[in-house]
Amino acid sequence: MNGLDTIRSRTGVRLRIAAWPWRLLRFGFARVLPVLALLLPVLLGSTAHALQIADQRGSTVDLPSPPRRIVSLLPSLTESVCALGACDRLVGVDRYSNWPASVAALPRVGGGLDPNVEAIVALKPDLVLATESSRATGRLESLGLKVMVLEPRNHADVHRVLDTLGRVLGVDDAPAVWRSIDASISAAAQSLPEGAKRTRVYFEVNSAPYAAGEASFIGETLSRLGARNIVPASLGPFPKLNPEFVVRADPDLIMVGDRSGQGLEQRPGWARIKAVRLGRICRFDAEQSDVLVRPGPRMGEAAQLMARCLREHGP
Amino acid sequence: MNPRRRGPLLGLVLLLCAAVLLVLGALVGSTGFDNPFALGSNDPVGIQIVRDIRLPRTLGAWLAGALLGLAGAVAQGLFRNPLADPYLLGSASGASLGVALALWWLGAAAGSMPWLARLGITGAAFVGAVLAVLLTLLLARGVQQTLRLLLAGVIVGVVLGAIKDLITIASADILQALQGFMLGSTGLVGWPACALMAVLGALCLLLSVALAPVLDGLALGEATAASLGMPLGAMRAALVAVLALATGTAVAQTGLIAFVGLAAPHLVRSVVKTTHAGLILLSTAMGGLLLMGADLLARWLVAPQELPVGVLTAVLGGSYLLWLMHRRGARGTA
Repeated sequence: MNGLDTIRSRTGVRLRIAAWPWRLLRFGFARVLPVLALLLPVLLGSTAHALQIADQRGSTVDLPSPPRRIVSLLPSLTESVCALGACDRLVGVDRYSNWPASVAALPRVGGGLDPNVEAIVALKPDLVLATESSRATGRLESLGLKVMVLEPRNHADVHRVLDTLGRVLGVDDAPAVWRSIDASISAAAQSLPEGAKRTRVYFEVNSAPYAAGEASFIGETLSRLGARNIVPASLGPFPKLNPEFVVRADPDLIMVGDRSGQGLEQRPGWARIKAVRLGRICRFDAEQSDVLVRPGPRMGEAAQLMARCLREHGP
Repeated sequence: MNPRRRGPLLGLVLLLCAAVLLVLGALVGSTGFDNPFALGSNDPVGIQIVRDIRLPRTLGAWLAGALLGLAGAVAQGLFRNPLADPYLLGSASGASLGVALALWWLGAAAGSMPWLARLGITGAAFVGAVLAVLLTLLLARGVQQTLRLLLAGVIVGVVLGAIKDLITIASADILQALQGFMLGSTGLVGWPACALMAVLGALCLLLSVALAPVLDGLALGEATAASLGMPLGAMRAALVAVLALATGTAVAQTGLIAFVGLAAPHLVRSVVKTTHAGLILLSTAMGGLLLMGADLLARWLVAPQELPVGVLTAVLGGSYLLWLMHRRGARGTA
């Protein structure tokens, strides 16, 4: 939790310092030394525009200048934009974006999968950040909007998406934000006593039951913490498990959302699972669950939550 | 063989197959195929898994399938419509609305509503299904007019489904859990659930077999049935109650399992010609076998992961029915 506040204040300050001089500089260079201006992309790296950036679909998005009016259709992208200090450039978000608190004041443009095309167009965005599965991407592009498809699924994706967004926004903060996430996860790992590590963990996503396996970003964080996941990577990131698999694996600790965890102890045969017997179950409330299930800049905070669970309920 | 004599034989075959699958069900689990008899007493986890998880879920699959098969036979007789299925009176949408509301409230204020936590998802689904049927009856002003009842059922289904969708939009994090319910799963059925389904199933079976003559009468038309001196209103109301109870019980324990209720009576009719009493009994056994087989495959095919069992019932039952229709069509006797 503390990790995130640091990111926010730091990026906020950096933006205010960074944005103005750069723009002045570029203006001056362009007038006085056009040759240097041509070299500017090389010299200044990410801050240079016009930009051509390939998104996750592989299609190239042309950005003549850094976007000033952005619509984000995915909570983790909203959070990434804000972590990069560009929260003030968001003009609309999807209905599930709820962090940071300031986005609550922005217009809602439907969900990531069922966005309201008209509402988005009416906001006159110069960039729309969409998910891979959104049906609206083609429609928005045919209406002349620039759409960038970014959907982080694991740690490397989060890093890459932050870098891409940093280049798009013309800010230099991306490496710092990622370092801060990374440091926060490492700090969480170091805060654990040796005994808490090597705990065999079952992270339940919902009661079907779907689990977060080693291959998911949640699993990656757990691995960084030194915990062992009962769901191996070979089963894919979020497999639907046979409940009997969990009983046989006999985890030491169960992490679950409030909602999905209702009646977990009463499931047939689960009463004998070590974690249930010893009451080693961490239940996360809705707000914490949001932090845990979004592959974005709050992954460091998620690691802290999991570490606290391991410390307090672990063996 | 005389088609009328085939009935008991088919019943026997269905029950024998179910017994074989029950044994098989104890052997198949998250590790694929393993033999519990070879485990001996040195593997308490293995024994406990077979006793407390595999057996109840296999038996539970049979019971839930049986309830749906029974409800399907009753529905098709009651509405004199081969397309009728147990969810016709809005119980499916009612149950999913109940589950959506329960998930929503549980998530919003888990501690503040202990009665809801006690009722649980299962209870909410059952209450939702029964309330939906009552609402249908209210709209149809009783059970007298079949067409009115059908129409009311469809409308209630659509409206309640839409309200459920509204709730999922407002609270997206229940979406996955709700989808799990909509696709059906037998994975979390325990012994208490089995006992409940067995008791209610027996009750429904007795009632519906006792009331089966009214379905035979209805097959000849409402006027004929009335002229036979049957108290149509009361018997119909009782059959609707059986339908609601059987469907609600099955849906609450295993979620919205597709197609078993529709397919089971058709599969029976494709083999034997019988009265409604016979059809109900055989359809019960057929539905049970169908869901049990599907459950077995659901956890075997991609172990230790699971397929949603409702998907498999639709694929299995549906393709068999399609093949049957194709064969009959080719013979020109459809």
